[in-house]
Amino acid sequence: MQELEAFRAQARAWLEANCPPSMRTPITEEETVWGGKRATYPNPESKLWLDRAASIGWTVPTWPKQYGGGGLSGAEARVLDEEMRRLECRPPLLSFGIWMLGPVLLEYGTEAQKQEHLPKIARGEIRWCQGYSEPEAGSDLAGLKTRAVLQGDHFLVNGHKVWTSYANYADWIFCLVRTDPTAKKHEGISFILIDMADPGVRTQPIRLISGASPFCETLIENVQVPANHLVGKLNDGWTIAKRLLEHERRMIAGTGERNRGDGRSLDELAKIYAGERDGRIADPSLRDRIAQQAIDTRAFGLTVRRAAEEAKSGAAPGPASAMFKLYGTELNKRRLELVLACEGTQALGWEGEGFAPEELLATRQWLRSKANSIEGGTSEVQLNIIAKRVLGLPD
Amino acid sequence: MALVLSSDAQLVRDTAQQFFKDKAPIAALRRLRDGRDPVGFSRALWRDMAELGWAGFLVPEAYGGSEFGLLGLGLVLEQAGHSLAATPLLSTALIGASALVLGGSEAQKQAHLPALAAGERIFALALEEGFHHAPHRIELKAERMPKGYRLSGEKRFVLDGHVADVLIVAARTADARIVLLLVPGDAAGVTRTRTHMVDNRNAATIRFDHVEIGDDAVLTGGADLLDAVLDRARIGLAAEMLGSSTEAFERTVHYLKERKQFGVLIGTFQALKHRAAAMFCELELTRSAVLAALAAVDDGSTEVAALASMAKAKAGDTFFLVGNEGVQMHGGIGMTDEHDIGLFLKRARVAQASFGDAPFHRDRYASLSGY
Repeated sequence: MQELEAFRAQARAWLEANCPPSMRTPITEEETVWGGKRATYPNPESKLWLDRAASIGWTVPTWPKQYGGGGLSGAEARVLDEEMRRLECRPPLLSFGIWMLGPVLLEYGTEAQKQEHLPKIARGEIRWCQGYSEPEAGSDLAGLKTRAVLQGDHFLVNGHKVWTSYANYADWIFCLVRTDPTAKKHEGISFILIDMADPGVRTQPIRLISGASPFCETLIENVQVPANHLVGKLNDGWTIAKRLLEHERRMIAGTGERNRGDGRSLDELAKIYAGERDGRIADPSLRDRIAQQAIDTRAFGLTVRRAAEEAKSGAAPGPASAMFKLYGTELNKRRLELVLACEGTQALGWEGEGFAPEELLATRQWLRSKANSIEGGTSEVQLNIIAKRVLGLPD
Repeated sequence: MALVLSSDAQLVRDTAQQFFKDKAPIAALRRLRDGRDPVGFSRALWRDMAELGWAGFLVPEAYGGSEFGLLGLGLVLEQAGHSLAATPLLSTALIGASALVLGGSEAQKQAHLPALAAGERIFALALEEGFHHAPHRIELKAERMPKGYRLSGEKRFVLDGHVADVLIVAARTADARIVLLLVPGDAAGVTRTRTHMVDNRNAATIRFDHVEIGDDAVLTGGADLLDAVLDRARIGLAAEMLGSSTEAFERTVHYLKERKQFGVLIGTFQALKHRAAAMFCELELTRSAVLAALAAVDDGSTEVAALASMAKAKAGDTFFLVGNEGVQMHGGIGMTDEHDIGLFLKRARVAQASFGDAPFHRDRYASLSGY
């Protein structure tokens, strides 16, 4: 306990000395740092903050130091997180490399793969994207058809990936490919790493209902991938695929936590847009729904904390991550439905005059949130996982 | 605030689990019901529970208790909930002890707490007057007399009220203050009518006709004391409801794994799987809410009121959900008296109505949060 408090003081002092002033203001979409070869820094202080944090491994606090991490224990990392929130420090770097690929490389990668890829993720030098879904393989992910044929020292890869988030900005893609088409569908899949600099890899953004294009189609045509870019064993990729999904689900479950809109709470919005009477939200039905949302959000937060305490620090997420993914995303969708319910017709604008920027943003976020319960495994898939792996219900 | 149990707390839980399994299974509740037991719980069992220290978990050592805390008592209540055990844990060990510890004078504590902790004296909170929980809507009159007060009015839904040795009565004074008073259950002018509730537990309607009591009957704290006692009661009851909900859920999941229709186990049907998985999530959230609320009381947190309303609201909704789904998923057998699952549904209704249902507590949570 004493050591933790000493660490807290140390962390606070370092953050106060090193986190630039503009990095202690609410983060904006365009100043969010995802790293990569093509990264731009409209605010130069975000690059400074990234480099300083990376220099002591705090972009990935719990990774081992030899791979660019901070070598912190789970408890120390939570203290660091608490101090960053207290000082309102922005996260120096967000990335799929940190949330998804890094943890599985640490668990399944070769020493050479760890040394090659982890430090570049930690420093934000390489941006990764995820090649999982295909046009014919959505919830039935293991039905994927992208082929990788081993030819001597390389794989020849051909296929079509979809919903590859930010593929148009990414440098590398981690990919599920079929390496044995004769085996049962879960047993012929491998997990490989592909450099997107190859001209055989093309990406095309997809316009979504929100008007934005965070997702892409990625076409892979006759791309040669060195055989040592295979992670884990040949045809054993499904194990890694599932573990990565557990990390992904934990990340998506926190979407609502990271994405708090313009900072106004639901009860404030209700009073502003729908009126108040004697200090109360005037509409009793809306007030009841907001209280329900507040209670569920708080109880969910306590459950995430309890699971972390129970699992001690650093334990890999298990089937419980399905519950967090399911509930966290459904809560976020409910929250945005309530934002729209509060704002009334002011939440119905698409662009231009008559609407404040935060109102237009809320509308787009409401639309974007509908993907939360689809991406990373639909809510229905999460319910299946809980039923099977937690409750032991028969197939 | 820790959300993981200490080894001491785990020991309390394990002891309670074994105790209720051995001594107060659901069959015991059926025996009380079918034998039309005049008390409605087993006094012998209550003395056994007192010997294990549970009656005195909130009582300081100086008065014969252990002051182990509300978390410990909550864990016992949770286990009692698993077997729907009818006991005075709530009315006496929790509400009686809380009222005396928080609002009793030295003389009142000495007079009552040792007997309470020993399991020799039963208490009951006489609060409700209408058909819905409304803790501050009190009309029972407490008229000032030269010495003490004279009480006139009627209370309803008084849990364990017909057998309580001491009634804790919420009354209204001439100057419109709420006051809590200790009234002997057999005082002149007290008329008690037992009401048979759908969950087979105890409750009573109690008339007070010019009941005269002394100044030494008044607890200190008025409406604030009432709220503090009620919050503890809500949290403790939420813990019991968590236990009952968990049990009803586990029995239902077990049934899905053994009942066959159309030649297959019904647990293979996705329509049932998804609903079972959704219930699991609600139970996990309820458990977190209950643990946080129990710990908040023992830690002396300023958030007790909000956490009490959160826990009772979640427990109310969750118990309704698993009670109703439990009967539905058991199908025809779930409708029979012979099967236990229906007893959980009945208990859910009464527990929900006790000390505020989920809508009451969402309303209160909103008010406490400033909206």
